[in-house]
Order: sequence, then structure tokens, then C-alpha cells
Amino acid sequence: MTGKLKTLTKNQLFLPFAMMVLVLLINLIKSPDFFAINIQNGVLYGRLIDILNRGSEIAILAVGQTLVVAVSAGTDISVGSVMSLTACGTCMLLAGYGVNSTTTLAVPLVVGLLFGLVLAMCCGAFNGFLVSKLNIQPMVATLILFTAARAIGLLLCNNQITYIRYEPYKYFGNFIPGCPVPTAIFITVVVVAIVMLFLKKTAMGLYIQSVGINKKAARISGLNSSNICFMCYLICGLCAGIAGIVASSRIYSADSNNIGRNYELDSILAVALGGNSLGGGRFNMAGSIIGAYTIQAITVTLLAMGVSTDQAPVVKAIIVVLIVTAQAPAFKAFLAERKAKKLVQENETQKKEAA
Amino acid sequence: MINNVLIEMRDITKTFPGVVALDHAQLTLRKGEIHALMGENGAGKSTIIKCLTGVYERDSGEVHMEGVEGNIYNHSTMDAQNIGIATVYQEVNLCPNLSVAENLFIGREPKTKLGTVDWKTMNRKARKIMDDLDIPIDVTKTLDNYSLAIQQMIAIARAVDMDCRVLILDEPTSSLDDNEVEKLFKLMTDLKNKGVGILFVTHFLEQVYAVCDRITVMRNGTFVGDYSVQELPRVKLVAAMLGKDFDDLAAIKAEGHSSFSDEVVVEAEELSHKGTIKPFNFKIHKGEVVGVTGLLGSGRSEMVRCIYGADKPTGGKLSMHGKELKAKAPIDSIRAGMGYLPDDRKADGCIGELSVRENIILALQARNGVFKRIPIKEQNRIADEFIKMLQIKTASRETPINQLSGGNQQKVILARWLCTHPDFLILDEPTRGIDIGTKTEFQKLVLEFAKQGMSVIFISSEIEEMIRTCTRMCVMRDGQKVGEISSEEGAMTQQAVMGAIAGGEK
Repeated sequence: MTGKLKTLTKNQLFLPFAMMVLVLLINLIKSPDFFAINIQNGVLYGRLIDILNRGSEIAILAVGQTLVVAVSAGTDISVGSVMSLTACGTCMLLAGYGVNSTTTLAVPLVVGLLFGLVLAMCCGAFNGFLVSKLNIQPMVATLILFTAARAIGLLLCNNQITYIRYEPYKYFGNFIPGCPVPTAIFITVVVVAIVMLFLKKTAMGLYIQSVGINKKAARISGLNSSNICFMCYLICGLCAGIAGIVASSRIYSADSNNIGRNYELDSILAVALGGNSLGGGRFNMAGSIIGAYTIQAITVTLLAMGVSTDQAPVVKAIIVVLIVTAQAPAFKAFLAERKAKKLVQENETQKKEAA
Repeated sequence: MINNVLIEMRDITKTFPGVVALDHAQLTLRKGEIHALMGENGAGKSTIIKCLTGVYERDSGEVHMEGVEGNIYNHSTMDAQNIGIATVYQEVNLCPNLSVAENLFIGREPKTKLGTVDWKTMNRKARKIMDDLDIPIDVTKTLDNYSLAIQQMIAIARAVDMDCRVLILDEPTSSLDDNEVEKLFKLMTDLKNKGVGILFVTHFLEQVYAVCDRITVMRNGTFVGDYSVQELPRVKLVAAMLGKDFDDLAAIKAEGHSSFSDEVVVEAEELSHKGTIKPFNFKIHKGEVVGVTGLLGSGRSEMVRCIYGADKPTGGKLSMHGKELKAKAPIDSIRAGMGYLPDDRKADGCIGELSVRENIILALQARNGVFKRIPIKEQNRIADEFIKMLQIKTASRETPINQLSGGNQQKVILARWLCTHPDFLILDEPTRGIDIGTKTEFQKLVLEFAKQGMSVIFISSEIEEMIRTCTRMCVMRDGQKVGEISSEEGAMTQQAVMGAIAGGEK
């Protein structure tokens, strides 16, 4: 029994999962109706649904970010800006350049969405090129689009907020009529499932980890290290694009200045909370996803407790410090050492007693 | 207690998950002696040292040091340094981007009155230290300007200058040439005369008999014995290390070189890589073992990297099985049937945190391509097969490779290539830093492969090893292939090879 418990606690997912449960438990004590899910106006309603729904963007971003961290031991800090650019590009094409509000589409919806995603992939490719081919540090390379992408989006939208008042466009961030589950949850499930399947059914997981741990040895063993690195950035860009469309659809507009703001930080945090090393190499996708929803759970909890939006980050920071500390190797070693010393002491007292 | 004892370690036990690394081991070091610590890979040499220096914490046992009260527990290398135990490892632990002087004085820089670093004094002192050691280098240049050997000497100089009483040298000579080894030995003898106790780990038997006073032999994590050099001749030493009568290396020689066919497997014509290696011709037949020899930095590694495509050739033509091979990256060479075991195991070979299984199947998976994932059952089968065949000592196939000892890591990398069933295998220093028993195994394996029709390039710093296994040797000097020595005319003797390497007239 204790052996089983030990293997369970040793699992990388144990801590992230325990943290998440803890956050939820605190909620339950605070407000017993936290887990209540009911149907209002034909759609599911409740805090839990809210966490799953609103956490979608971070979860989708975390998928791409995990790959980038694993392969390059760096982070893509441009994802938030790329989200914004995707939203602007999509809305601009759907509404037509210079139109700031429309009820009819200038081009078919699919074309607009595809355009947005292609823009996002171009950003990913640009980042990937800088990192994998030119060997620029990931932080510096992605800093370029971190600053530029949002501004390019603003240019595309002629410096204004473009509204798409066309019902189907709202589906992605809200509900499809007749379906009680928020669409964003479906999108997240699909994205996560595709990437997980890709990692499980192909050797990509092994490739990414090998390149992340030892680029040179991976190349000599026959891997194209720079292409693998490039691909991770490309996927990360695409994920940012999907998240951008969801975020834009929620407010049926392209608010260049606010869409995806600070999301890059949440996505990196999600990876770290999932117990993944930001030093690259070994990674666990499920951990990052749990991390993403933990962040969202904390945000929702704070709002539910009446912490003002301005003060929420302070509390969030404290919680994050606690979680990260609990997972730090140094802290774990400290605990282990204390335990060992205790054991030694016990042994000695036992010996003395025996004598 | 015996007189003059500096350090006494008793009943040291250390376990890792699934493995008992040390089982009531012991070690005694006296003042003013050079003490060799011998044993095969995985015998526990590194572990007992790390227990002493605070890298690991022992599970049980006692450590006593002269002048220090009670049972010593070092929790970090810093603790060990504070009581005068300094360590120099096989891999140099210095900062390549700092100057030599900075490396010597890092953490204890001489200060000016204002509290800033006193560069003048520091450089002057550093120059004096290096002059004393008879190493004429510019101490203001960054460390990466110098060869591994010089870096090693600097690491030792740093330890010595910190007034250590115990100096631990963990395979310091595996990358040094004879001249440098001699310098190192002179330094060691000087220190010994000053009363420093030196613990010396090496795989070179000759070196043990050249400088050491006493020998401690370990086997499978246990203490075998503590002998004086006189009472333990070589044969007995080897027998003590292996725990059985040593089937002599000569046995390999007796088997002789297998005959090979006339079929040319790989041919290089005027192949070159700008800046590292001048155009060379090379030919290898099916089932042939060819050695490449030369001093460190003579271009022998560069030559094989060029053939394999690890460094893309800038000129010339390479063909395999008669067809031209234009490898853009190693994967093209692998697909054509090549394998390459790099000399720098840590930097170019191991994927540290991945498991033994993943490390073994990596090249095979790369050749299959990303979409043809090898099923996990098949992966396990391959891993188990090679762990058994090469007798890799590992807790399980899922153990991360960086928890294995050096020789076992090397075997894993070898397995990586063997499972791709290459026609042509390049082994660059496969036996460096490996104990004598495994070395023999490696040589036997090479001959075995050749018999099965594999063509092998074998590089080793130990000429004897190559004479035993190769039918032909290419001699490299200053990035150029200067000749070939064939065994058929009986010309492949140690003298002949040395002469050719040195470049003297025969």
C-alpha cells in the first residue's frame, strides 16, 4: 500500500494535480455551491464550467509553449501578441479593411479564420527561423514579435476596434445554438487530443526531448535538430492563433490592445506549474494542461471571493510562489534530508534503548 | 591506528535506487603518499570519492581526517574544500569563458583597497603559479584558448594553490599526451614531498607503477585490499580488479585478424573539410578493421567526422558501395548504413536525462523516420537484447543514462549503433576512460563485428590496442593524412607507429 502511495507521489503529475484539488477544495469550503452546475437559458452554467471555458486560451497556449520550452530551453513570449494579431487579421478580412463594425461578412467565415491562422503560423515560423537557424536566444528572438505583432494588428485594423456582429463568429468563444457546452471547451479538447496523439503515435516526443537535452548528440544520432526546433515554434504559433480566435470570438471583435495581454506569462506559468523544467528536455503535456486550469481556477476563485481585479495579481503571485516552491528540487531535497535525519535519530535512540 | 594517516573511511555504504553502489567500503590515505584507487567501471571508485567530497551523502559509515574532530560529514564540495580536500575531475570543471587567472582565483580574488578586483596582482600571481609549473601560457587569455590538457593542469594548479592537504585526481590523464602526463607526475611528486596525500584514479596500469606508493582495489562496491605497489605486480592487480584470473590480452592477438573480402565499402577521394582537415584518400573493405592514429589534435577525429558527415565535407568525393554519397547531415549517412560513436561521449553521445532504452533506439528511430514509431514492445526487446549482449550494468532499461558509469554509457551508445546494423561503423576512442576488462571486451567485439562482415574504423590513443585489432593504420599529422601502415608486411609495430606519428625519418 505504502509502495503504491509512494509511486503515486513520485509521479510528476501528482503535485500539479494536488495543487489544483487544493484550490478547488478551498473554494468548496468558502462557497458550498461552487461545484453546482445548472442549466440556464439552455446552456450549462456554474463556476466549474466557467473555469473550463475561460481557461481554454491558456490551455491551448500551454500546449505550444510546452513544446517550445522542451525543445529550446527557452520560452516564446510573443504568444499573447500573436493572439492579438490573429484576431485583428481575421476581423479585418471578415469586415473589410477600414470597416469598424459589420453585420455581413466581406469574405466567407472560413477564409477569414484560415487567414488568421496562417498569420499566426507565419509568426511561429519567424520565431522558429530566428531560434533554430540563426541560433538567437528564444527570449530575444520572440521579443521582436512580442512588441511588433500587436502593433501590426493595430495597423491591419486601421487603429480601431473592429466588430463582427455576425452570429456564427460568436460561436467559437460562446455557444453553438442547441449545444449546452461552451464551444471553447471542445476546441481545447480537439487541440490537446491532436497534439497528444501526435506525440504518442509518432516518435516526435522522443525527438523533441532528445533535441532539448542534447542538440549535438541528437544531430549525430540522425535527427535534424534545427527542423525539429523550428516545428515546435510553428506549432506554438498555430496554438496562439487558435487561442486568438477564441478570445476574439468571445467579444466578437478585435481589440488589439487587450486580446491576449499577459497571456504569454500565464502560458509559461502553466508549463512550470505542470512540473516541467524550464531548462528544457523532459516534458509532460498533461502537467501543463493541469497547470493552465489551475491558474484559471485561482483567478476565478479570487474573483468569487471578491478580491478586486486590481489586487488579484498580488494574491495570485503568493499562491504561485507556494506552488513553485513545493515543486522545487531544492525544497524536495530539504524535506528528504530532514526525513533522513529523523530516521537516523530514531535508529540511534532505538540502539541506545536496546543497549 | 597506523601512523601518518590523513584520511580514514570505514564501512562506507551508499545505495541508489535499485543499486548498492558501495557496500561497507573502506579507504585509507596517508600523508605524503600517492595512492591509486583501482577497479573496473562501476566498482564504486567515483562513488567513494564523491562520498568523501560531499557530492553524495553516504548512507552509513565513518570518515575521519587528521586534525578534524569527529566523524566528518561533507554536505557539499565547499565543505570538503574548507577542510583541505580538493578534487580535479576527468571533465574539467572550470569556466571556459573566463581568463586563466580568473579561473585560478575565482571566489578568492585579490582585492584593492577600494574592494574591487586587483587585476594586476591577480595576473602576476597567476603567472607565477603557471611558471612554477613550467606551463608557459598567457594567463589573461580565456580558458577555451587552451587544450584540454592545459585546462586540466590549470584545474590542478588551482587546487594546489588553495593549500589542499588531500588532492583527489579522478582520471586526470585520460586526455593528456605523454609529455603532459610527465609534467603532471612531476607536479604530483613535488606535492607528495610536501606532505600532501594524493588519491589517484586512473585506468592506465603503467601510470600506477610509475608514480604510486600504494593501491586500493575495489570491486562491485566492496573493498578488495590495500596493497603497497611492490607487493602487487600487474597481473595480480588485474586479477584483483576482475576477481578472476585474467584471460590475457594476448589471447586476442592469437585469434589474429580476420581476413576480409576485396569488396570496397567506403571510399573517399580528396575528401576535405576547410580549416580542419586537408584532402585525403581513404578506402575500407568489407570486414576490415582500420585504425586511425596520430596525436591529439592531429585531425584523426576530424577525419572520421568528415567521412560520417558530422562535419559536412567542403571538397572531394565520398562513395559507399560504389555509389556516391552526398551526406547533408548525419541522417543521410545513417540511411546509407554508417554508424559513428563520437569521442566526446558527454557532448556528442549521451542524451543525459533520457532512459537507456530511449538512448539505444534513438538512431534506429531516426532512420525509420518520425511517423514510423517503433512500438514500445519492440523498443523494450531491443533494449533488453543489447543490455544482455553488451552486459550493460544498469538498474533497469528505464534508468536515465546519466546515472550509469562511463563505460556503461559507452556501451549504450555502442548499442545505439549496433541496433541499426550498420555496414560501416566508426569508433572514435571507444575505450577512453574505460576499465581494462571492458577494454578487452570492446576489442573482442570489434573483431567479432569484422568477422560478421562489418567494416570498422577504430581510433584509440593506445597504440597497442590498435595494433591488436587493426589490419591497417592511417597516420595523421597536423590535419593531414601522412601515411598508412599495413600489418601484412609485419611493419605494424609500436616503434613504427610512434615513428610515423612523430614524423621522424624511419
